[in-house]
Amino acid sequence: MRVIKIEGTDDTPQVTLDANPENPFMEISGRSLPEDVVSFYDPILEWLDEYAENPLEKTVLNIKLEYFNTASSKLLLDILLKLEDLHQAGHEVLVRWHYPDDDEDMEEAGEEYEDIVEVPFEQVSYSID
Amino acid sequence: MEETSQVNENLDFVFDFYKIMRSSNVTFAYEGEITHEITKAFSSLAESHIALTNESNALQKRVFHVMVESLQNISKHSVERKIPGSIIDGQGIFLVAKTEQEYNITTGNVVLKENIPALKEHIENINSADKKVLKDLYKEKIKFGKLSYKGGAGLGFIDMVRKTGEKLIYTFLDLNDKKSYFVLTSTIFRTK
Repeated sequence: MRVIKIEGTDDTPQVTLDANPENPFMEISGRSLPEDVVSFYDPILEWLDEYAENPLEKTVLNIKLEYFNTASSKLLLDILLKLEDLHQAGHEVLVRWHYPDDDEDMEEAGEEYEDIVEVPFEQVSYSID
Repeated sequence: MEETSQVNENLDFVFDFYKIMRSSNVTFAYEGEITHEITKAFSSLAESHIALTNESNALQKRVFHVMVESLQNISKHSVERKIPGSIIDGQGIFLVAKTEQEYNITTGNVVLKENIPALKEHIENINSADKKVLKDLYKEKIKFGKLSYKGGAGLGFIDMVRKTGEKLIYTFLDLNDKKSYFVLTSTIFRTK
């Protein structure tokens, strides 16, 4: 399956979607306040649709955002809902939500997504220093 | 003759502006189009400026959040636009004021009077909600709300109040029979 690799900018996150069975890695990190959220996230959602047709035994998505605006929060939910579908279809799914250890708001944002979607979540704090 | 009076007017404007800026707590003021580039530039300017102070990371992030959402509100919702019919790049006023206790982020933009009742209801709804209700409002909106054609999630005001813990202060000033000027302030306490 094709690999998505998008470099991060000051308003768009770095995205890696690589389902290579040897060494799979899926991560969205950095900042997200794109001018056009839909056109930024559409290719990611499409990739997930394709991926869902023939997923790996275990799907792990790392979300390590330092900032996202409210428009992006809606699209992040869309991504998580795709993973929920996958999970409900009987596949093993894990979302690893990374947040800076001094950022309560980001920690809470992860907890809220965990409440909204039926997908196993793991909260991972990291230190920025 | 006319040229001279224009030049004099400019000089007066600059001096008045200087005096107003110095006598108020306003540290940043802008009137004009709010493009995506401007939103990015202002918020990163504030970010690097505030990083030099002793403010906590949490406070810095909250100021950044409120700034971005405020600027995007003007950009998406102001009915005053340089290019008529364009759905982004609305015009408005953006102010940042800083005192010993707080940061105030104020925006001003033109709205249609016919949209005021819905806007008021939306803000009142958020202002009257406690923390728990706000959380539920947020979850409901993110789950069932649709992204507008302008790319807004309808979550901006909710997010601003959740991040600051303070109610939104707002007013509508009469412009003509169709339009009003909408002024909105969000306060971030420095000690909280």
